[in-house]
Amino acid sequence: MEDLIIFDNVTYRYDSDGAALKPAVSNLSLKIKKGEFVAVLGHNGSGKSTLAKLCNAILIPESGRVTVDGTDTADEEKIYDIRRKVGMVFQNPDNQIVATVVEDDVAFGPENLGVEPTEIRRRVDEALKSVGMYEYRLHEPHRLSGGQKQRVAIAGILAMQTDCIVLDEPTAMLDPKGRKEVMQAVKKLNRELSKTVVFITHFMDEAVQADRVIVMNKAEKIMDGTAKEVFSHPERLKALGLDVPAAAGLSHELKKRGIDMPDGILDNESFIEAFERINFEGNNT
Amino acid sequence: MLKDITIGQYFPTGSPVHSLDPRAKIIITIFYIVVVFLCKSFASLGLCCAVLLIFILISRVPVKMFLKSIKAILPIILFTAFLNIFYIGGGKVLFTWKFISVSEKGLYTAAFMTVRIILLIISGSALTYTTTPTMLTDGMERLLSPLKVFHVPVHTLAMMMTLALRFIPTLIDEIERITNAQKARGADLESGNFVQRAKALVPVLVPLFISAFRRAYELAFAMECRCYRGGEGRTRMKQMKLKMPDYLSFAVVVLFTAGVILLNNIYPVL
Repeated sequence: MEDLIIFDNVTYRYDSDGAALKPAVSNLSLKIKKGEFVAVLGHNGSGKSTLAKLCNAILIPESGRVTVDGTDTADEEKIYDIRRKVGMVFQNPDNQIVATVVEDDVAFGPENLGVEPTEIRRRVDEALKSVGMYEYRLHEPHRLSGGQKQRVAIAGILAMQTDCIVLDEPTAMLDPKGRKEVMQAVKKLNRELSKTVVFITHFMDEAVQADRVIVMNKAEKIMDGTAKEVFSHPERLKALGLDVPAAAGLSHELKKRGIDMPDGILDNESFIEAFERINFEGNNT
Repeated sequence: MLKDITIGQYFPTGSPVHSLDPRAKIIITIFYIVVVFLCKSFASLGLCCAVLLIFILISRVPVKMFLKSIKAILPIILFTAFLNIFYIGGGKVLFTWKFISVSEKGLYTAAFMTVRIILLIISGSALTYTTTPTMLTDGMERLLSPLKVFHVPVHTLAMMMTLALRFIPTLIDEIERITNAQKARGADLESGNFVQRAKALVPVLVPLFISAFRRAYELAFAMECRCYRGGEGRTRMKQMKLKMPDYLSFAVVVLFTAGVILLNNIYPVL
């Protein structure tokens, strides 16, 4: 498949009154394919948010190049071409909702793009339906729960019909229910609407659901692979101060004690399945 | 307690008045206010009252709501009436006591002014009860858009208004949160005299301002990410089109104005 976003040896450092800070992202190279669901993991200060902001020209690399569908993000004239391809959802749901009515907020993006009114109406309804917020279209955003607000924010990007959605820790401020709702909406738009998703998070159970996981630490990409590959190294992740999903950690420990657990167990379901099978075989011999 | 504040006082009933074009409603309200000032007699003022009453009945907003809005400015009404009674002389003197005298003209003017102010308040509230703040700002933006020729930033002003309306509830929540946090640390916000209480507010206001700036910064990013570039080249999902009921209400207003002018001439000033 085609590459949508390409990081080519990118370094970025935040200004701090001339004092040379350590780079937030250093010598990062990666390619994100069209239709891929990529989770970016890392703890605070690992550079994962900087990575997100480099994707749609909020930040411009100090050295190296970021290209979106062949367009260099450093090209100031093309900045809005990039942003209509790569939309972004932020951490705080309150600070990204513009209008006092849900449907007006979803319409904000397409209105800025100069889309025809009837077409905006169609897109807004469609976007709200695909995140399951259509019944709330006439509500006031401040009366919604955090998870609902984030889904409205996602609908706002969907209505712009971007190819890619970058979500910068969209679940960090939500309760477990809200996290689940947002995760479901994100998975749906990746699977059903084939949007490219870059999902920044520090929750392992969310990263597990992605096709590909990138682990950031101290401004560098240190792991990059499928969820199964990445979580089969619990020691490495623990050394970085990151957790592994409970099921993955436990099956890893069992394997170390000589119990024949299959590779790539990430969630409770597959753990139970594997465990039952072992138990069954044990009873038969 | 702060949560009880409803912004713009919108009162939805789904009446025909609610679905009028906001531009039409703004123009009609302004027109109505001008006509109220043109009234010279109780007869024409009576017509104003009648028209407003019909409007209120169609809107199905309970009369109680309007009484509430008058109650808020009752001191001003009483003060104006008071001044008029005692300071305007002329006509038959009805009552004197030491240096105070009440004349017929004074009484008349006081009553006239009171009715006038009440009509102004009610017509203003009728507009906000039947129109959402968003519709109002949209209507204003479109009405003022000819001013763009003179480089008045109409769109920017309307956007500022919308954002202010959007963030009022958020900031109210924030005030509550900060107040509770400061109380938990032992801040005393409720006792002491006025100066002490004002001083006690500083630890609430400073974090509030800091957070407001942080929010503004994030919001600006989010808006840029959604390709916001000001008003140019922007379309709107909700189109405003004047329809039959709008034209009909314009016609009513024109007839009403003619009626007021007629009554002014038939029953001139006392």
